[in-house]
Amino acid sequence: MYIDPHVHMVSRTTDDYVRMARAGCVAITEPAFWAGYDRSSPKGFFDYFRQLTESEPRRAAQYGIRHHAWLCINPKEAEDPVFAREVIGLIPGFLERENVLGIGEIGLNKNSRNELEILEAHLQLASDHGLLVLVHTPHLEDKLKGTRLIMDAIRRFPTLDPGRVLIDHVEEHTVGNVLDRGFWCGMTLYPDTKCTPQRAVDIIECWGSERIWMNSAGDWGHSDPVAVPKAQMEMRRRGHLESLVRRVTFENPERFLSQSGRFSAQPLRPTAPDVTR
Amino acid sequence: MAAGANGGGTPMTRAQVVDAYFMEHRARLLDVAAFLDRVDRAGAGDDDFRMCAFHAAVSILGDGRPDRARRVLELLSDPSSEPVARAGMKGATGAHDPAKGGG
Repeated sequence: MYIDPHVHMVSRTTDDYVRMARAGCVAITEPAFWAGYDRSSPKGFFDYFRQLTESEPRRAAQYGIRHHAWLCINPKEAEDPVFAREVIGLIPGFLERENVLGIGEIGLNKNSRNELEILEAHLQLASDHGLLVLVHTPHLEDKLKGTRLIMDAIRRFPTLDPGRVLIDHVEEHTVGNVLDRGFWCGMTLYPDTKCTPQRAVDIIECWGSERIWMNSAGDWGHSDPVAVPKAQMEMRRRGHLESLVRRVTFENPERFLSQSGRFSAQPLRPTAPDVTR
Repeated sequence: MAAGANGGGTPMTRAQVVDAYFMEHRARLLDVAAFLDRVDRAGAGDDDFRMCAFHAAVSILGDGRPDRARRVLELLSDPSSEPVARAGMKGATGAHDPAKGGG
Protein backbone atom coordinates (compact mmCIF):
# COMPACT_ATOMS: atom_id res chain seq x y z
CA MET A 1 0.00 0.00 0.00
CA TYR A 2 1.29 3.49 -0.78
CA ILE A 3 0.39 7.15 -1.34
CA ASP A 4 1.70 9.06 -4.35
CA PRO A 5 1.64 12.63 -3.01
CA HIS A 6 2.58 14.33 -6.28
CA VAL A 7 1.23 13.10 -9.60
CA HIS A 8 -0.43 14.95 -12.49
CA MET A 9 -3.21 12.54 -13.36
CA VAL A 10 -5.08 14.85 -15.74
CA SER A 11 -2.19 14.06 -18.12
CA ARG A 12 -2.42 10.29 -17.69
CA THR A 13 -4.75 7.66 -19.08
CA THR A 14 -7.00 5.39 -17.08
CA ASP A 15 -4.53 2.58 -17.88
CA ASP A 16 -2.19 4.33 -15.44
CA TYR A 17 -4.88 4.38 -12.75
CA VAL A 18 -5.20 0.61 -13.27
CA ARG A 19 -1.44 0.10 -12.88
CA MET A 20 -1.29 2.32 -9.80
CA ALA A 21 -4.28 0.61 -8.16
CA ARG A 22 -2.81 -2.83 -8.78
CA ALA A 23 0.53 -1.68 -7.32
CA GLY A 24 -1.22 -0.63 -4.09
CA CYS A 25 -1.88 3.08 -4.53
CA VAL A 26 -4.73 4.18 -2.25
CA ALA A 27 -4.44 7.97 -2.39
CA ILE A 28 -2.84 10.67 -4.51
CA THR A 29 -2.45 14.42 -4.44
CA GLU A 30 -2.31 16.41 -7.67
CA PRO A 31 -0.68 19.86 -7.74
CA ALA A 32 -1.65 22.38 -10.38
CA PHE A 33 0.81 22.19 -13.24
CA TRP A 34 1.91 23.77 -16.51
CA ALA A 35 -0.01 22.23 -19.41
CA GLY A 36 2.98 22.13 -21.75
CA TYR A 37 1.87 25.38 -23.34
CA ASP A 38 0.94 28.77 -21.93
CA ARG A 39 -2.81 29.15 -21.56
CA SER A 40 -4.29 32.02 -23.55
CA SER A 41 -6.59 33.25 -20.79
CA PRO A 42 -6.93 33.08 -17.00
CA LYS A 43 -10.34 31.56 -17.69
CA GLY A 44 -8.49 28.45 -18.84
CA PHE A 45 -7.45 28.00 -15.22
CA PHE A 46 -11.06 28.15 -14.05
CA ASP A 47 -11.75 25.07 -16.15
CA TYR A 48 -8.51 23.41 -15.02
CA PHE A 49 -9.39 23.97 -11.35
CA ARG A 50 -12.81 22.41 -12.00
CA GLN A 51 -11.07 19.43 -13.56
CA LEU A 52 -8.80 19.07 -10.50
CA THR A 53 -11.66 19.36 -8.02
CA GLU A 54 -14.59 17.73 -9.82
CA SER A 55 -13.86 15.32 -12.65
CA GLU A 56 -10.46 13.94 -11.64
CA PRO A 57 -11.59 12.85 -8.13
CA ARG A 58 -14.46 10.96 -9.76
CA ARG A 59 -12.13 9.29 -12.25
CA ALA A 60 -9.65 8.25 -9.52
CA ALA A 61 -12.41 6.91 -7.26
CA GLN A 62 -13.39 4.37 -9.91
CA TYR A 63 -10.00 2.76 -9.32
CA GLY A 64 -10.25 2.86 -5.53
CA ILE A 65 -7.88 5.83 -5.29
CA ARG A 66 -8.67 8.94 -3.26
CA HIS A 67 -7.78 12.10 -5.17
CA HIS A 68 -6.74 15.43 -3.62
CA ALA A 69 -5.64 18.68 -5.26
CA TRP A 70 -3.40 21.72 -4.79
CA LEU A 71 -4.17 24.98 -6.59
CA CYS A 72 -1.93 27.69 -8.04
CA ILE A 73 -0.47 29.03 -11.25
CA ASN A 74 2.67 26.99 -11.78
CA PRO A 75 5.99 28.91 -11.80
CA LYS A 76 6.55 27.87 -15.42
CA GLU A 77 3.63 30.13 -16.29
CA ALA A 78 4.35 32.93 -13.82
CA GLU A 79 6.57 35.22 -15.90
CA ASP A 80 3.60 37.48 -16.68
CA PRO A 81 2.64 38.89 -13.26
CA VAL A 82 -0.61 40.53 -14.43
CA PHE A 83 -1.86 37.26 -15.93
CA ALA A 84 -0.66 35.30 -12.89
CA ARG A 85 -2.41 37.57 -10.42
CA GLU A 86 -5.70 37.15 -12.30
CA VAL A 87 -5.32 33.38 -11.92
CA ILE A 88 -4.48 33.70 -8.22
CA GLY A 89 -7.69 35.71 -7.88
CA LEU A 90 -9.65 32.63 -8.97
CA ILE A 91 -8.21 30.36 -6.28
CA PRO A 92 -10.23 31.52 -3.21
CA GLY A 93 -13.40 30.47 -5.03
CA PHE A 94 -12.15 26.87 -5.01
CA LEU A 95 -10.64 26.63 -1.54
CA GLU A 96 -13.78 25.17 0.00
CA ARG A 97 -13.84 22.24 -2.41
CA GLU A 98 -13.53 19.10 -0.30
CA ASN A 99 -10.42 17.68 -2.01
CA VAL A 100 -8.34 20.90 -1.94
CA LEU A 101 -5.38 20.57 0.44
CA GLY A 102 -3.59 23.86 -0.11
CA ILE A 103 -1.47 25.95 -2.48
CA GLY A 104 0.87 24.19 -4.90
CA GLU A 105 3.01 23.49 -6.68
CA ILE A 106 4.36 27.00 -6.33
CA GLY A 107 8.00 28.02 -6.40
CA LEU A 108 10.48 29.06 -9.04
CA ASN A 109 11.44 27.76 -12.46
CA LYS A 110 14.20 30.02 -13.85
CA ASN A 111 14.68 32.04 -10.63
CA SER A 112 13.41 35.28 -12.17
CA ARG A 113 12.15 38.37 -10.35
CA ASN A 114 8.65 37.93 -11.77
CA GLU A 115 8.51 34.31 -10.64
CA LEU A 116 9.61 35.42 -7.18
CA GLU A 117 6.89 38.09 -7.08
CA ILE A 118 4.24 35.50 -7.92
CA LEU A 119 5.68 33.03 -5.43
CA GLU A 120 5.25 35.67 -2.73
CA ALA A 121 1.66 36.35 -3.84
CA HIS A 122 0.90 32.63 -3.44
CA LEU A 123 2.60 32.55 -0.04
CA GLN A 124 0.47 35.50 1.05
CA LEU A 125 -2.64 33.61 -0.04
CA ALA A 126 -1.56 30.52 1.91
CA SER A 127 -0.77 32.65 4.94
CA ASP A 128 -4.12 34.49 4.78
CA HIS A 129 -6.08 31.22 4.61
CA GLY A 130 -3.88 29.04 6.85
CA LEU A 131 -3.16 26.57 4.06
CA LEU A 132 -0.54 23.89 3.51
CA VAL A 133 2.04 24.69 0.83
CA LEU A 134 3.63 22.38 -1.74
CA VAL A 135 6.75 23.86 -3.35
CA HIS A 136 8.28 23.07 -6.74
CA THR A 137 12.05 23.62 -6.89
CA PRO A 138 13.69 24.41 -10.24
CA HIS A 139 15.25 21.93 -12.60
CA LEU A 140 18.88 20.89 -12.97
CA GLU A 141 21.38 23.77 -12.83
CA ASP A 142 18.75 26.14 -11.39
CA LYS A 143 17.73 23.95 -8.43
CA LEU A 144 20.38 24.84 -5.85
CA LYS A 145 19.99 28.60 -6.23
CA GLY A 146 16.21 28.38 -6.57
CA THR A 147 15.78 26.24 -3.47
CA ARG A 148 17.70 28.83 -1.42
CA LEU A 149 15.68 31.74 -2.85
CA ILE A 150 12.42 29.90 -2.14
CA MET A 151 13.31 29.12 1.46
CA ASP A 152 14.39 32.73 2.01
CA ALA A 153 11.05 33.92 0.58
CA ILE A 154 9.08 31.61 2.87
CA ARG A 155 11.03 32.89 5.85
CA ARG A 156 9.69 36.38 5.09
CA PHE A 157 6.22 35.02 6.02
CA PRO A 158 6.54 34.25 9.74
CA THR A 159 2.97 32.96 9.85
CA LEU A 160 3.95 30.06 7.57
CA ASP A 161 5.17 27.20 9.75
CA PRO A 162 7.94 25.23 7.95
CA GLY A 163 6.29 22.10 9.30
CA ARG A 164 3.33 22.88 7.03
CA VAL A 165 5.46 23.46 3.92
CA LEU A 166 6.87 20.68 1.73
CA ILE A 167 9.82 21.50 -0.52
CA ASP A 168 9.68 19.05 -3.41
CA HIS A 169 12.19 17.63 -5.90
CA VAL A 170 15.11 17.65 -3.45
CA GLU A 171 18.34 15.93 -4.45
CA GLU A 172 21.66 15.26 -2.74
CA HIS A 173 22.73 18.93 -2.90
CA THR A 174 19.52 20.40 -1.42
CA VAL A 175 18.05 17.85 0.98
CA GLY A 176 20.25 18.78 3.95
CA ASN A 177 19.50 22.49 3.82
CA VAL A 178 15.75 21.87 3.46
CA LEU A 179 15.65 19.54 6.48
CA ASP A 180 17.91 21.82 8.53
CA ARG A 181 15.42 24.67 8.08
CA GLY A 182 12.56 22.55 9.41
CA PHE A 183 10.69 21.96 6.16
CA TRP A 184 9.33 18.69 4.90
CA CYS A 185 10.92 17.46 1.69
CA GLY A 186 9.90 15.34 -1.28
CA MET A 187 12.06 13.24 -3.56
CA THR A 188 10.75 12.93 -7.09
CA LEU A 189 11.42 9.65 -8.85
CA TYR A 190 11.74 10.97 -12.35
CA PRO A 191 13.77 9.60 -15.24
CA ASP A 192 16.94 11.50 -16.20
CA THR A 193 16.31 14.85 -14.50
CA LYS A 194 15.54 14.13 -10.84
CA CYS A 195 16.06 11.13 -8.49
CA THR A 196 16.15 7.50 -9.46
CA PRO A 197 14.62 5.06 -6.96
CA GLN A 198 18.17 3.99 -6.05
CA ARG A 199 19.35 7.52 -5.29
CA ALA A 200 16.18 8.24 -3.31
CA VAL A 201 16.89 5.24 -1.10
CA ASP A 202 20.52 6.39 -0.78
CA ILE A 203 19.23 9.74 0.49
CA ILE A 204 17.05 8.03 3.10
CA GLU A 205 20.04 5.97 4.20
CA CYS A 206 22.11 9.17 4.58
CA TRP A 207 19.49 11.60 5.92
CA GLY A 208 16.95 9.41 7.68
CA SER A 209 13.21 9.09 7.29
CA GLU A 210 11.89 12.10 9.20
CA ARG A 211 9.91 14.72 7.20
CA ILE A 212 10.58 13.05 3.87
CA TRP A 213 8.46 11.36 1.20
CA MET A 214 8.74 10.04 -2.35
CA ASN A 215 6.55 10.81 -5.34
CA SER A 216 6.43 10.08 -9.05
CA ALA A 217 5.44 13.54 -10.34
CA GLY A 218 4.04 11.58 -13.29
CA ASP A 219 2.87 14.04 -15.94
CA TRP A 220 2.59 14.49 -19.70
CA GLY A 221 6.36 14.11 -20.18
CA HIS A 222 8.74 11.18 -19.80
CA SER A 223 7.74 9.97 -16.33
CA ASP A 224 6.59 6.90 -14.44
CA PRO A 225 3.34 6.89 -12.44
CA VAL A 226 4.35 3.66 -10.68
CA ALA A 227 7.77 4.92 -9.61
CA VAL A 228 6.90 4.86 -5.90
CA PRO A 229 6.28 1.09 -5.76
CA LYS A 230 9.55 0.64 -7.67
CA ALA A 231 11.32 2.55 -4.88
CA GLN A 232 9.55 0.34 -2.34
CA MET A 233 11.01 -2.67 -4.14
CA GLU A 234 14.46 -1.05 -4.10
CA MET A 235 14.22 -0.66 -0.31
CA ARG A 236 13.20 -4.29 0.08
CA ARG A 237 16.00 -5.38 -2.25
CA ARG A 238 18.50 -3.77 0.12
CA GLY A 239 16.94 -5.42 3.15
CA HIS A 240 15.27 -2.41 4.74
CA LEU A 241 12.55 -3.17 7.26
CA GLU A 242 8.98 -3.13 6.05
CA SER A 243 8.24 -0.53 8.75
CA LEU A 244 10.69 1.89 7.07
CA VAL A 245 9.18 1.25 3.64
CA ARG A 246 5.74 2.00 5.04
CA ARG A 247 6.96 5.11 6.87
CA VAL A 248 8.35 6.91 3.82
CA THR A 249 5.71 5.80 1.31
CA PHE A 250 2.56 5.92 3.45
CA GLU A 251 2.85 7.21 7.01
CA ASN A 252 4.96 10.30 6.27
CA PRO A 253 2.75 11.65 3.46
CA GLU A 254 -0.34 10.82 5.51
CA ARG A 255 1.10 12.75 8.48
CA PHE A 256 1.99 15.86 6.49
CA LEU A 257 -1.16 15.92 4.36
CA SER A 258 -3.50 15.26 7.31
CA GLN A 259 -2.58 18.71 8.64
CA SER A 260 -4.98 20.01 5.97
CA GLY A 261 -7.93 18.36 7.72
CA ARG A 262 -9.09 17.09 4.32
CA PHE A 263 -6.76 14.25 3.47
CA SER A 264 -7.90 10.63 3.56
CA ALA A 265 -6.14 7.40 2.62
CA GLN A 266 -9.05 5.23 3.69
CA PRO A 267 -9.56 2.51 1.08
CA LEU A 268 -12.30 3.10 -1.48
CA ARG A 269 -14.25 0.38 -3.25
CA PRO A 270 -13.10 0.30 -6.88
CA THR A 271 -15.92 0.27 -9.41
CA ALA A 272 -14.09 0.29 -12.75
CA PRO A 273 -14.29 -3.10 -14.46
CA ASP A 274 -10.78 -2.80 -15.94
CA VAL A 275 -9.13 -3.07 -12.48
CA THR A 276 -9.52 -6.84 -12.54
CA ARG A 277 -9.88 -7.56 -16.23
CA MET B 1 23.78 18.77 9.53
CA ALA B 2 26.00 16.49 7.44
CA ALA B 3 24.88 13.61 5.25
CA GLY B 4 24.67 10.49 7.37
CA ALA B 5 24.03 12.40 10.58
CA ASN B 6 20.50 11.04 10.95
CA GLY B 7 20.38 8.23 8.41
CA GLY B 8 20.47 4.61 9.39
CA GLY B 9 22.84 3.61 6.63
CA THR B 10 22.41 0.64 4.36
CA PRO B 11 21.65 -2.85 5.66
CA MET B 12 23.92 -4.28 2.94
CA THR B 13 27.58 -5.15 3.34
CA ARG B 14 30.14 -3.67 0.96
CA ALA B 15 30.34 -7.00 -0.87
CA GLN B 16 26.56 -7.17 -1.18
CA VAL B 17 26.42 -3.64 -2.64
CA VAL B 18 29.01 -4.58 -5.24
CA ASP B 19 27.25 -7.88 -6.03
CA ALA B 20 23.90 -6.11 -6.42
CA TYR B 21 24.96 -3.10 -8.46
CA PHE B 22 28.25 -3.77 -10.25
CA MET B 23 26.85 -5.08 -13.55
CA GLU B 24 24.31 -2.26 -13.85
CA HIS B 25 26.92 0.42 -13.23
CA ARG B 26 29.53 -1.28 -15.41
CA ALA B 27 27.02 -0.79 -18.24
CA ARG B 28 26.49 2.87 -17.29
CA LEU B 29 30.25 3.42 -17.12
CA LEU B 30 30.56 2.07 -20.65
CA ASP B 31 27.73 4.38 -21.74
CA VAL B 32 29.74 7.34 -20.45
CA ALA B 33 32.90 6.12 -22.17
CA ALA B 34 31.06 5.53 -25.45
CA PHE B 35 29.42 8.96 -25.22
CA LEU B 36 32.81 10.66 -24.88
CA ASP B 37 34.13 8.60 -27.84
CA ARG B 38 31.07 9.63 -29.87
CA VAL B 39 31.68 13.30 -29.15
CA ASP B 40 35.31 12.90 -30.26
CA ARG B 41 34.34 11.05 -33.44
CA ALA B 42 32.01 13.89 -34.35
CA GLY B 43 35.06 16.02 -35.06
CA ALA B 44 37.32 18.55 -33.43
CA GLY B 45 36.04 21.76 -31.93
CA ASP B 46 35.71 23.69 -28.75
CA ASP B 47 33.64 21.89 -26.17
CA ASP B 48 30.63 23.84 -25.04
CA PHE B 49 30.05 24.62 -21.38
CA ARG B 50 28.12 21.39 -20.83
CA MET B 51 31.02 19.22 -21.91
CA CYS B 52 33.49 21.25 -19.86
CA ALA B 53 31.26 20.64 -16.83
CA PHE B 54 30.91 16.97 -17.76
CA HIS B 55 34.68 16.45 -17.81
CA ALA B 56 35.04 18.24 -14.48
CA ALA B 57 32.32 16.04 -13.03
CA VAL B 58 34.05 12.88 -14.25
CA SER B 59 37.17 13.92 -12.36
CA ILE B 60 35.11 14.07 -9.14
CA LEU B 61 34.17 10.42 -9.57
CA GLY B 62 37.78 9.33 -9.26
CA ASP B 63 39.01 11.60 -6.49
CA GLY B 64 38.35 9.09 -3.73
CA ARG B 65 36.42 11.53 -1.56
CA PRO B 66 32.85 11.03 -0.27
CA ASP B 67 29.60 12.76 -1.28
CA ARG B 68 30.32 12.47 -4.99
CA ALA B 69 26.67 12.85 -6.03
CA ARG B 70 26.27 16.05 -4.03
CA ARG B 71 29.52 17.49 -5.33
CA VAL B 72 28.69 16.68 -8.96
CA LEU B 73 25.29 18.35 -8.58
CA GLU B 74 26.89 21.42 -7.01
CA LEU B 75 29.46 21.60 -9.82
CA LEU B 76 26.63 21.59 -12.38
CA SER B 77 24.66 24.27 -10.50
CA ASP B 78 24.33 28.01 -11.01
CA PRO B 79 26.50 29.45 -8.20
CA SER B 80 24.85 32.90 -8.22
CA SER B 81 22.42 34.01 -5.55
CA GLU B 82 20.34 36.86 -7.01
CA PRO B 83 17.14 36.46 -9.09
CA VAL B 84 17.58 37.00 -12.83
CA ALA B 85 15.78 39.89 -14.53
CA ARG B 86 13.63 37.68 -16.80
CA ALA B 87 13.06 33.96 -17.24
CA GLY B 88 13.92 33.96 -20.93
CA MET B 89 13.13 30.28 -21.43
CA LYS B 90 11.31 27.58 -19.51
CA GLY B 91 13.77 24.70 -19.82
CA ALA B 92 17.17 23.93 -18.36
CA THR B 93 20.41 22.77 -19.98
CA GLY B 94 21.77 20.56 -17.21
CA ALA B 95 24.90 22.59 -16.50
CA HIS B 96 25.57 26.19 -15.57
CA ASP B 97 26.83 28.34 -18.44
CA PRO B 98 29.62 30.57 -17.05
CA ALA B 99 28.94 32.99 -19.93
CA LYS B 100 25.69 33.89 -18.18
CA GLY B 101 27.62 35.01 -15.13
CA GLY B 102 27.67 33.78 -11.60
CA GLY B 103 30.73 31.61 -11.97
